[in-house]
Amino acid sequence: MNRNKVYPRYFALGALIIYFVFFFLPGLIGVGYSFTDWSAYSDELHYVGFENFKTVFSSDENYMKIITNTLEFTLITTILKNVIGLVLALLLTKSIRFLNMHRGIVFMPSVLSTLIIGMIFKSILDPKSGLLNSFFRSIGLEMLAKKWLVSSELAFGSVMAVDIWRGVGYIMTILIAGILSISSDYYEAAAIDGAGGWKKFRYITFPLILPTLATTTVLNVIYGLKVFDMVYALTNGGPGKATTEVLYTAVFKKFGTGQYAVGTALSSVMFVIMIFVGIYMIRVMTKNEVVE
Amino acid sequence: MNLHLPDLPIQWSNFIKVIEKGKLATSFFNSLIYSAGSVILCVLFAALAAYVLSRNQTKLNKFLYMFIVLGITLPINYVALTRVLQFLHLNNTAVGIILLYTGTQLPFMTFLIHGFVAKVPVELDEAAVIDGCGPVHLFFLIVFPMLKPAIATSTVLTFLNTWNEFVSPLYFLNRTEQWPMTLSVYNFFGMYFKDWNLVCADILLTSLPVLIVYLLGQKYIVSGMTAGAVKG
Repeated sequence: MNRNKVYPRYFALGALIIYFVFFFLPGLIGVGYSFTDWSAYSDELHYVGFENFKTVFSSDENYMKIITNTLEFTLITTILKNVIGLVLALLLTKSIRFLNMHRGIVFMPSVLSTLIIGMIFKSILDPKSGLLNSFFRSIGLEMLAKKWLVSSELAFGSVMAVDIWRGVGYIMTILIAGILSISSDYYEAAAIDGAGGWKKFRYITFPLILPTLATTTVLNVIYGLKVFDMVYALTNGGPGKATTEVLYTAVFKKFGTGQYAVGTALSSVMFVIMIFVGIYMIRVMTKNEVVE
Repeated sequence: MNLHLPDLPIQWSNFIKVIEKGKLATSFFNSLIYSAGSVILCVLFAALAAYVLSRNQTKLNKFLYMFIVLGITLPINYVALTRVLQFLHLNNTAVGIILLYTGTQLPFMTFLIHGFVAKVPVELDEAAVIDGCGPVHLFFLIVFPMLKPAIATSTVLTFLNTWNEFVSPLYFLNRTEQWPMTLSVYNFFGMYFKDWNLVCADILLTSLPVLIVYLLGQKYIVSGMTAGAVKG
């Protein structure tokens, strides 16, 4: 059987062309435009060398803050989603009542629009009329009624908390699948040897779901670095100067003000980093590809 | 705002008001066209690519697979994308949005179907080829039906992702009559942020299709989202 004849390569052309033109190509030419003075104000393009990158990495602008914010968001949400997701997954693989309903409810926010969740939480976290603060006041805990999204100390934490709430069900679902794929023989053997709940987790469950945890970490990191909807809906980068600004909200603002070159330079920094980091991440993901 | 149950009778008029003021009918059909268009293109092309790249693993094909799947991690440069769309005269068009959605969804869907193609026995292909089946017939008549679970999963996931998508329309659709539901609801929120009865009605109507698809396709969503994450 001639494989090249039976499986002709032109079958893959449609996917390759659309993916290349509408996804990869903008990334490539974006790197090129980063070296120009492209903006909404003039039709001419001039080569400006590393000028845009100097702006992006200079200390007197807010851009470094944006980059560290993005990294902080990614790090914290990744860790907490994994930890909370794992705890929930352990709880929801026990034999309890209405198991599927519980799983379904925790997972539900993952299918809703992030933007809509952001809008709902914006109202819940409203300092004056929001549900959360009204609740605290009604049970006499006035001091817990904080300015969740409008004070510069709390805003970023609140944004991350909402995002963790939204994303944890997805991570939990993956981890549940991981836990369920562990053979029950191990647990039976451990029980005979007298291992308790903690020891079973420490020496059986945890080591055996490490590959799954690696995948959830990769997924979380990819999501965190690209986060936009949630921040846009909750704070749009505010309050004050770039308190919760992340990379993609900054790029959108540069686009809105017509500073295309700086916007594309910011995007390109991430694009180039992700090409190299992404290959390792994809290796982690494809290594576990299900072949049953 | 408080958590009392609504007083009776229920104010159905909110929904009618929202549908009129929020132009929900238009944006619903916009969303439907964008999602349906990208589901068809994405699933078809992802299945074709995954099939060929999985069955015939030459060096070049392995590279092409990695290249497509790398898109799962890559960020889109929306700013530079405007140039590409302008060049192709696809700015502010439904076709542009559909192709854009397809491009962004292809990497993961190819990855998902690729893992599944490996489970379909090659002996089927061999038998069909011996009986004189050409490559196009082989795929559409023999292999495609076998891929049904993966096709269902990627259909549901592509639909959900594109229905919830908000960033591309924000960049590339200037006219309100082209907006999908997510963008309309956000805009509506901006105008009527004091009228929570209306905003909530709008949110409910926008989320309804997604919730229905979620409840009907829960099995496929979970299996798709966990694909590749767990060793079988």
